[in-house]
Amino acid sequence: MTTAIPASPAGSGVAAPGLATSQRGGFGRFLVRRVLQALAVILVVSVIVFALLHALPGGPARGVLGQQATPEQVAAFEAANGLDQPVVLQYLSFLGRSLTGDLGESYLLNQSVADAIGLRLPKTLLLTGLSLVAAVIIAVPVGVYQAVRRNRAVDYWLSTLAIVAYSTPTFFLGMLLILLLSQGAGLFPAAAPQGNGVLEVLSQPAGLVLPVLTGAVPIVATFSRYMRSSTLDNLGEDYVRTARAKGTAYRDVVVRHVLRNSLTPVVAMLGYYLPVMFGGALVVEQLFNYPGMGLLFWSAAQSSDFPVLLGCVLVISVATVMGSLLADVVQALLDPRTRGGLR
Amino acid sequence: MTALRRFATNKLAVVGAVALAILVLFALLGPLVYPTEQVATDLGAANLPPGVDGHPLGTDALGYDNLGRLMVAGRVSLLVGVLAGALATVVGTLWGAVAGYVGGVVDAVMMRVVDAGIAIPAIFLLLVLSTIVRPTVGMMIVVLGMVSWLVPARLIRAEALSVRTRDYVVAARAMGATHRRTVLSHVIPNTVGTVVVNATFQVADAILLVAYISFLGMGIQPPTTDWGAMLNDGINYIYQGAWWLILPPGLAIVVVVCALNFVGDGLRDVVDVKGRTA
Repeated sequence: MTTAIPASPAGSGVAAPGLATSQRGGFGRFLVRRVLQALAVILVVSVIVFALLHALPGGPARGVLGQQATPEQVAAFEAANGLDQPVVLQYLSFLGRSLTGDLGESYLLNQSVADAIGLRLPKTLLLTGLSLVAAVIIAVPVGVYQAVRRNRAVDYWLSTLAIVAYSTPTFFLGMLLILLLSQGAGLFPAAAPQGNGVLEVLSQPAGLVLPVLTGAVPIVATFSRYMRSSTLDNLGEDYVRTARAKGTAYRDVVVRHVLRNSLTPVVAMLGYYLPVMFGGALVVEQLFNYPGMGLLFWSAAQSSDFPVLLGCVLVISVATVMGSLLADVVQALLDPRTRGGLR
Repeated sequence: MTALRRFATNKLAVVGAVALAILVLFALLGPLVYPTEQVATDLGAANLPPGVDGHPLGTDALGYDNLGRLMVAGRVSLLVGVLAGALATVVGTLWGAVAGYVGGVVDAVMMRVVDAGIAIPAIFLLLVLSTIVRPTVGMMIVVLGMVSWLVPARLIRAEALSVRTRDYVVAARAMGATHRRTVLSHVIPNTVGTVVVNATFQVADAILLVAYISFLGMGIQPPTTDWGAMLNDGINYIYQGAWWLILPPGLAIVVVVCALNFVGDGLRDVVDVKGRTA
């Protein structure tokens, strides 16, 4: 949800179960191949962003100078930035600048795009991190409980509830929480904390409750389902029967052995979940007016601040590729069967 | 008949199908039974609570009858969702089938394009695109379709990989069928279960996405509206406690997306394919 947000993390990067031939390569070869693949993807992303820059009405000059720029300004900008050169050369210089962290200048904020993102990204990471922690604390016990009570009424209802939560747009959920807990019961403010630094934001915990909760619910919906199926896989393993045969209580087997073994692959799944979390942050920050990267992106979209928009897209995409690379590597370390060929 | 019976054993899927039918009828036929003025504003009758002056769900800030607005907005949400989902399914199926069938370098390149597309979260790409093109209904369908074909492409490519080594494909090739004919009449028809199940989820996701874009104020512009845009209008009155501007469109989205997910699960049981793990 989503995309998703809606764009479900289904199949987003789990390598196909390996063929016998590809397993011979071992972890080193898998790592090299997977890193090269990630680099190729980042390269294609940069081509897409570059193409978007050229798809802007009036081309990149208008994109950077704004729609009010005079033809003389546009001509001067194009000459100064080599926009009269062949497209391939332009792309290479764009790539070079991006690699050195030069993402251009915002023409509204009087700030470089890198600075604008650098100032807000920590606050987004804080909000998303808190939501994630809250979500995992809820989702893990729920998933394990469902697996232990599999196919009973309670499992069935919790699964249905997860689909309902997954189908609820984040902004509608946030509005419901505002209506009930802020406007109705008056428990928490509906305005998120303001301020420049992470510490300043943290010093106003009451304002964080609703944004964190809103961000957490969709993650709980997805992760309780992963946790359920991961626990189910482990409950069927021989070691459970062995431990039971040796006289360990079922409850202790679940808590001591199954929980730990089931949790690791689910934690690795977090890597694939980054795009959904960034999407969630966009909506939550806009709804609660939280001064993070999502709100930066939204304001930039409102004012057609293309350098900021494309800079954010580039940063988020690279983070997404890195996240799924990391998740693949962790999974390959845990389970050699996933070191299969390229997807 | 057995397929229908198998679908009927999944109670949630049946509930979903019924809810879907009711909502579609509500949006399509509702305005015929309950005609309301949805173009000209009536500021004299603005912000009425439910039940006042013959407005069962009240009116919004421009004096539009809220129940009537829910119907016309539903038409847009459903139309955009269904057509964008269909477009994504067609593009994704063709792309995935060709990549999986051809294999090798072509497959690797085509799949890196898919990876790159998935790496750019759809909602961010959509917001950028809606600052570039004017978001009309037709444009929304095209743009949404263009960002959401990636997941079906991956699924169908995986299917095509396994289908292409089957005897009937080898036989078709041996009998002189062209690649084009092999893909269109053998590879794709044998992935139809996956395609149909995924299309259901695709429509659900498209309805959610269009709601997100409209809620963020970058979607279809007034006087045309959709459920997401209604929520975007309603949020300005949330502190007056105007729940009637928020609950109906929000619940409509939740019900339609849930229903599609339930139906998709039911269809998956019928055709017995793996569609969505999350």
